[in-house]
Amino acid sequence: MSVELDVFVGNTTIMDKEVYQLWLNGYTVNDAVKVRIEGGVMEECEASADVLLSDTMDQYRTFQMCERLLHHPAKLANQLLFQIPPDRQAMLIERYYAFDDLFVREVLGKKLSKGTKKDLDDVSAKTGVSLKSCRRQFDNFKRVFKVVEELKGPLVENIRQHFLLPDQLARDYAAIVFFANNRFETGKKKLLYLTFQDFAFCAGQLINHWTLGAVDSMMEDMDVDLDKEFLQDLKDLKILITDKDLLDQHKSLVCTALRGKTSVFNEMEANFKNLSRGLVNIAAKLINAKDVRDFFIDLVEKFIEPCRSDKWTSIDMNLFLTHYTNSAHILDTFKHHAVWTRYMGVIKSCILRMYHD
Amino acid sequence: MPGKLKAKIVAGRHLPVMDRASDLTDAFVEVKFGNTTYKTDVYPKSLNPQWNSEWFKFEVDDEDLQDEPLQITVLDHDTYSANDAIGKVYIDIDPLLCSEAATVISGWLPIYDTIHGIRGEINVLVKVDLFNDLNRFRQSSCGVKFFCTTSIPRCYRAIMVHGFVEELVVNEDPEYQWIDRIRTPRASNEARQRLIFLMSGELQRKIGLKVLEMGGNAVVGYLQCFDLEGESGLVVRAIGTACTLEKISTLPSTATHQSNSSPSKDMKDSPQAAPSTLGCRSTHSSPVHSASSRLSQGFSVSVPTLLFAGMKPRHRSSEAPRARQCRPVFGEEVPGIPLSSGPPTPLRAQTFSSFSPSKSYSRQSSSSDTELSLTPKTVRMFLCPSTPALESISSSLPSTHMPCHLRPGMASRSSTPPPLHVSQSDTAMLRKSVSFSEELLLAASGMGSGGSAGKEAGPLKALLRQQTQSALEQREYPFFTLTSFPSGFLLHVGGVVSARSVKLLDRIHNPDEPETRDAWWEEIRQEIKSHAKALGCHAVVGYSESTSICEEVCILSASGTAAILSSRFMQDGPLDTEHRLSRQPLVFSTGSERVEGDMGSSASLGFEEVVPPGCGFCHIPYDELNIPFPAQLTYCYSCRRSKVPDVLFTTIDLPADANITGKGCLIQARLCRTKKKAQGEGNATAISNLLPFLEYELHTQLMNKLKLRGMNALFGLRIQISVGETMLLGLASATGVYLTALPGPGGIQIAGKTPSDITYEQHISNMQKKINDTIAKNKDLYEINPPEVVEEIIGSPIPEPRQRSRLFRSQSESSDEVSELDLSHGKKDAFVLEIDDTDAVEDIHALLTDSPTPQGFYSCNTEIMPGIQNWTSAIQMFTSVRVFRLNNANLTNQGLNKIFSDLCENLLKSLYFKLRSMVPCCLCHLNFTVAIPEDELIQVAVTAVAMSFDKEQILENGKQSGEKTLTKAITENDEQLQFNLELNPESSHANPLSSPKGLSEVGSHPSARDRCSSWIEQLRLKAHTIRRGSVKTTSSMEKASPLPEGRSRSLRSNRSYSGTSVAVVKMTPLSFIPGAKIIKYLGIINMFFIRETTSLREEGGVSGFLHSFIAEVFAMVRAHVAALGGNAVVSYSMKECVFMENPNKNQAQCLINVSGDAVIFVRESELEAASVQPQSTTHTSNGGEGT
Repeated sequence: MSVELDVFVGNTTIMDKEVYQLWLNGYTVNDAVKVRIEGGVMEECEASADVLLSDTMDQYRTFQMCERLLHHPAKLANQLLFQIPPDRQAMLIERYYAFDDLFVREVLGKKLSKGTKKDLDDVSAKTGVSLKSCRRQFDNFKRVFKVVEELKGPLVENIRQHFLLPDQLARDYAAIVFFANNRFETGKKKLLYLTFQDFAFCAGQLINHWTLGAVDSMMEDMDVDLDKEFLQDLKDLKILITDKDLLDQHKSLVCTALRGKTSVFNEMEANFKNLSRGLVNIAAKLINAKDVRDFFIDLVEKFIEPCRSDKWTSIDMNLFLTHYTNSAHILDTFKHHAVWTRYMGVIKSCILRMYHD
Repeated sequence: MPGKLKAKIVAGRHLPVMDRASDLTDAFVEVKFGNTTYKTDVYPKSLNPQWNSEWFKFEVDDEDLQDEPLQITVLDHDTYSANDAIGKVYIDIDPLLCSEAATVISGWLPIYDTIHGIRGEINVLVKVDLFNDLNRFRQSSCGVKFFCTTSIPRCYRAIMVHGFVEELVVNEDPEYQWIDRIRTPRASNEARQRLIFLMSGELQRKIGLKVLEMGGNAVVGYLQCFDLEGESGLVVRAIGTACTLEKISTLPSTATHQSNSSPSKDMKDSPQAAPSTLGCRSTHSSPVHSASSRLSQGFSVSVPTLLFAGMKPRHRSSEAPRARQCRPVFGEEVPGIPLSSGPPTPLRAQTFSSFSPSKSYSRQSSSSDTELSLTPKTVRMFLCPSTPALESISSSLPSTHMPCHLRPGMASRSSTPPPLHVSQSDTAMLRKSVSFSEELLLAASGMGSGGSAGKEAGPLKALLRQQTQSALEQREYPFFTLTSFPSGFLLHVGGVVSARSVKLLDRIHNPDEPETRDAWWEEIRQEIKSHAKALGCHAVVGYSESTSICEEVCILSASGTAAILSSRFMQDGPLDTEHRLSRQPLVFSTGSERVEGDMGSSASLGFEEVVPPGCGFCHIPYDELNIPFPAQLTYCYSCRRSKVPDVLFTTIDLPADANITGKGCLIQARLCRTKKKAQGEGNATAISNLLPFLEYELHTQLMNKLKLRGMNALFGLRIQISVGETMLLGLASATGVYLTALPGPGGIQIAGKTPSDITYEQHISNMQKKINDTIAKNKDLYEINPPEVVEEIIGSPIPEPRQRSRLFRSQSESSDEVSELDLSHGKKDAFVLEIDDTDAVEDIHALLTDSPTPQGFYSCNTEIMPGIQNWTSAIQMFTSVRVFRLNNANLTNQGLNKIFSDLCENLLKSLYFKLRSMVPCCLCHLNFTVAIPEDELIQVAVTAVAMSFDKEQILENGKQSGEKTLTKAITENDEQLQFNLELNPESSHANPLSSPKGLSEVGSHPSARDRCSSWIEQLRLKAHTIRRGSVKTTSSMEKASPLPEGRSRSLRSNRSYSGTSVAVVKMTPLSFIPGAKIIKYLGIINMFFIRETTSLREEGGVSGFLHSFIAEVFAMVRAHVAALGGNAVVSYSMKECVFMENPNKNQAQCLINVSGDAVIFVRESELEAASVQPQSTTHTSNGGEGT
């Protein structure tokens, strides 16, 4: 005796958020039933395990049928097969495209290729995120990447429109796409203390200020790539460290401004030239794709680590960067104000975000 | 050439990739109607082609317009090989042919392929220009409106209800033609879909013609079914109720059409007054409709036999003799008749003769022609009802009796074994009359004479009756597929009548002459008609027909509720509206007189009083002194003036104005019986023999369960019997309620036969305790606390000692359930279960294992749950299907029963669980369909709607309800006023009339009543008046009890309503949408789909396959409704869901047939807003909401 077929179809498609999450998390039907039983649904609704199993299977089937549509969320709204209220649609999409920070941290900046996908089982083992879920997340990244890659206009906006994602999630995807496209190195040991949100923030900064779209939103190119011209111009900043006078002048301006205002003044004064050289060198090298990849590691090695070993607080950091940036404008012979502002604005916010334990 | 059909293909989207190389498609479209085909250009390399074609024009007969669907085929152009079909869309043109329905079909429709399912969508525009054709000999019936809804549609008023229309067409099933062997599955499926489309179009047209002949303009309660008879062919049949409807309000949108028939003009003049009669939606809105009745079920089994051959006189029946057919019984067996009175049960005989009440008699005479002709042919059995039990009860003996009424007839019939059955009635509750096939005769002829003699009613009464009935009597079948009625239409309810017949299928040789099938149904209908007569009723309401086919055996079933109707809506000869107004009171009074006549015998007194609306329908229609079956009668607990039975079973919805106590609940009886495998006639005989037992046990179960819940009436009773190779399944579903007018049910008493054993006794007392506890709990759960009333039981005259003893005897014969007499318990505990054998233990067990619905849930199979109002607008329609495999071939009946019962219970539990987020909610219109698709497989399909309601308001209910009756009329008028103001300012002036009018009707009522009757009645009257004083309190209390009717009318919550731009299409099996008003009916939706797969595993197995198919069917229904401009489907039902699988070949196939009415509804809240400004503009926008 067995139930051979068991189907429930509502005019409005019924979807249980909890089961959806279990499905997204890659639970098998049986595991999901166990979780639900533990969750106490049964007592609440006077149900039996059979009922729960049947419901879970049914929901899983529904999700599978919907998955195809979720790959193109815009279709979900004008497909006829499932009648799903708009708020539910939004929920489905948002959760489908949600990802684990742990997981994304592992693949951030990696090429979204078949090779990477093959290694997902390692990632799964390492992060504790189930392989199924890893695959879904990875495929989502890849899908978004593919669609957006070819599109003109603002990256975040494109993602939001094509995938109907809420703003924050769209930004996160923009970061992932941006990182994948520029292949930023994020996996080095020294960078491990950084969370995805740190990177996402930095990505937002870079996208907003350093890409082509940042300068001219009408540009036909998109803002997945950094503004080449700007990178080229960054080389001009080298004068700040190559010209001895400028360097000294810069240092004295900053020191004057900071004297008495920070407890790490001595360390700062001693290290100024190194720090300044570090920042400017990063700028100067960004024209090389390889150095772009190392952008974050360079920031950490050349700037954050020295400061940290000197026990700067973030307030110290903020003060220093503010004055460091502003002072350059006072330098007589320094002409590249626009580039400097554009560069330092991003550097400053990135460093401030990254400067934590 | 009276019609020009125009179609334009606009665009496609989401097309599948047909060219692997480019991942694109070169799509074009063929548009075909009749024999004409047009093509669009190829739109190369796109999955979202924009054809934007010219208008393709088809000049066709309106006959073709009705028969044929517009076929749209989307193909992929291929230069070198044949073009590949992507899929098809069939568009039913019918809604465009009626001026009051849709004007254009425009929207995205899914492109469907029988192998791949939905493959993208296509945007089309379809219009029809119809020329008037006044040719009297035309074959078309354009303009006749069809409604699946089994009540008068909400924005119409019935001017006249003409009666029953039926038709069937047959054809060969393409799936079984030789050519099927060489063509692809796709081609076969498509041939079948197309054929069925054509057949249903033709069927509808033919029914329309009949309606026109009768002078009607619409078919309400249209029920169309397919019988897939396999090799012997394909039958499409339909029944419905022809009516003349008038639109209540005109919408701006309708203004565009000019319809001759459109009432808009008339409307203005027409008295709005009639609202109470019917048209008002508000009235209808309460789904519960009237009618409760007692159940008497007539059951006839026809046995296939050769015997008949000689006897049938009827022309139709002449074929009967054919050996192959199992002839039912009924027929004409003259010989049968005498039998009925035959030897076995004298009791019966007696009953019969006596019972035919005067009414029947008079009826006969009036309807002489039809009847006469009929009578000879058919022998009726009818059954009766179980009354015997009742009788015994009344005598204070509770007995179930098994009465056996076996009918002698049966015995005579070679094939039928005598066993059967009986009508069981358990305590008085269930009255089921079983008729065996041949038995009873209630024949009109026989009865007539008997009746006449017996009746006491004077000639006057007879005369009245005659008048009333004349309208009905002239019809061949006084049947109505409606389940709820305009108020005042349904006067009394007699009980359930049903008939079944087992037939052997034979190839249909000549599709143009479907006489065999016609004859089969004719027999069944005659039988039903005679059963109704036996109950003293002249009409059958809530009538439906169904079949179950297994191999070459087919069980035909029909059932309905015997009733007496007011002739108010049945005048012959059209009333014009002007007239109507003035005449109405008159008409009404006649109606009431008639009523009185009907009631005369039962309700003896009360000249001066109106039939109380809340209980009138419960009053027995038959003559008290000549009860057709033993029944225990008491004076109505509401009005105290007329007699009511102790239990009512009906197939209709609870009348809107019925007084009930507490809430109702779904009650199901489930049964499984094994059967030996057999072929041909042997098989048919075996099935016939089993049927009565099955039916008997179902009734016993229903009765037990009803008692267990402390209720006394069943509404919406639907008994489905399904046949398989090795078993029979029976599933009876109904909604139990406590009718205030009826006496409270007694308890259930358990008795053992061997009282000596102490442990055994203990066991029994434990069980008894459990049962008592359950009853108490249920009473609590369903809030059943009827006012205590002094009981006065008027014993039915029939019970005589002799009968009692007979009953006993029968009991002992069938050891099943036995009633024991226990005088000490009195009537309340009259129901005794003897658990001496395992069967009974099982039954009791089953009784107790029905798990209660979880907190916050209610369920019913009627339109709405009696006792719940305040629906919110949150509704969720769903279909759930389960197939269960019995791996264990050697199951006993008990084992099977348990499995089947668990299957249903578990299914219900799953539903509750699924829908838990809607709590508090009620599952309404739970419609179970069982089938045995293969040996060892049981399939159960359920379609229902879950509706949330507001809890708080429920609590206030009691309070409200008292006022409700009073305010109801006012509210309705009010509402209508608003509505009209908004929509049709001119008509508003008519409204004020309405309330006075309603009053006058009421006023006229009493006068009608003062017709008197015989001296006996006078006596009774006196007795009654005396009693009255004491009664009074009760009736006032009753007023306070919650009335069932309410619905969401007052509800304005639109919690769930989200004003989205997405075209949401609501679906519901009910005839209304809570919190909303239906402002326009756009036409009937009747769709048939086949889906097949050869990659079952890849599609997720059987469940995945069916899941997506059902979802696709919903999607297609919604899309077509939206294309018609609608935003909801009401009265939706899934008529057929035939699923076949062959997992070994990785294949499966499924056929689904669905139907419903496409409508436009507007939220009441919006309406209110709109009504503030009398302009109709807001309205229009509302109407467009769904598009």
